[in-house]
Amino acid sequence: MMVDPFVISDYCIIRQNRVVKNGNTLHESDETTVAGFLTAIYRHFGINYPKFHKMDNLCKLGFLAAEVLLNHSNLKERYHGDKVGLILANAASSIDTDRNHQLSISNRLDYFPSPSVFVYTLANIVIGEICIRHAFLGESTFFIEKSFDPGRMHHYVYQLLEEEAIQCCITGWVELDSDRYEAVLYLVQKSDIHPDGIAIFEPAKMNEIYLQRT
Amino acid sequence: MEQLIAQLKHEIIEVLNLTELTPDSIDENAPLFVEGLGLDSIDALELIVLLEKKYGLKLGTADEGKKILYSVRTMAEFIRNNNKG
Repeated sequence: MMVDPFVISDYCIIRQNRVVKNGNTLHESDETTVAGFLTAIYRHFGINYPKFHKMDNLCKLGFLAAEVLLNHSNLKERYHGDKVGLILANAASSIDTDRNHQLSISNRLDYFPSPSVFVYTLANIVIGEICIRHAFLGESTFFIEKSFDPGRMHHYVYQLLEEEAIQCCITGWVELDSDRYEAVLYLVQKSDIHPDGIAIFEPAKMNEIYLQRT
Repeated sequence: MEQLIAQLKHEIIEVLNLTELTPDSIDENAPLFVEGLGLDSIDALELIVLLEKKYGLKLGTADEGKKILYSVRTMAEFIRNNNKG
């Protein structure tokens, strides 16, 4: 019998004021703002990382999803940092922070762009923040696409894993635009290293997880 | 001077999003960068913007900037000595 080489060992979904990992709701909140909800998650999980408070909301969302996803994963013991990849995507890019930056430069008489806002005017900074936190150095890409496309993402990640450019990958969707947010991250590992995965790494399973009610 | 230092601490916490700190927990004589608050280069830029936006002060050279942004007290002294604080 042929064994599928890669599995989704864990997944994390953050949306609709809930944090779900591997099908279990770990946190629910009645916070009415995205920023308040993200801070509530940070506090709920007892995370101690002061730089979190400097991030924009998109980075906070991706950072928190990765924190929950990787909790108890022992990735650092299993893989060298340069063998852990991060392949993410969204539709809104960094528009939420782009708007904030634009506001700060729209008045020529009150022209004070904020450096700490400007640095977040790229979606792939989400990847950078996660890599800094966990010392990941592997292949990384942030795609901007109209909607979550598990087929494209699976194809790209599978190829990286098959070529052994990486041995493990955090992949998924991290979307935020004003009060609309959604993060769905998958941890993909080799099935011989992690035989008891949640599901086979394939587009249909990725989509099934993405579409599950939270 | 002490009032200006207290005000600066509030402003630094706000502009740098140091939400886990209180003004009392900041030592006005401690280095702001590397040690002390452990601020980084983006924070330095943000402090430069604060001095310009709030106090109308511009830093001259990079060397001067290092001395002025050394601590909360050196920032306060710079503001006081330029009579715009």
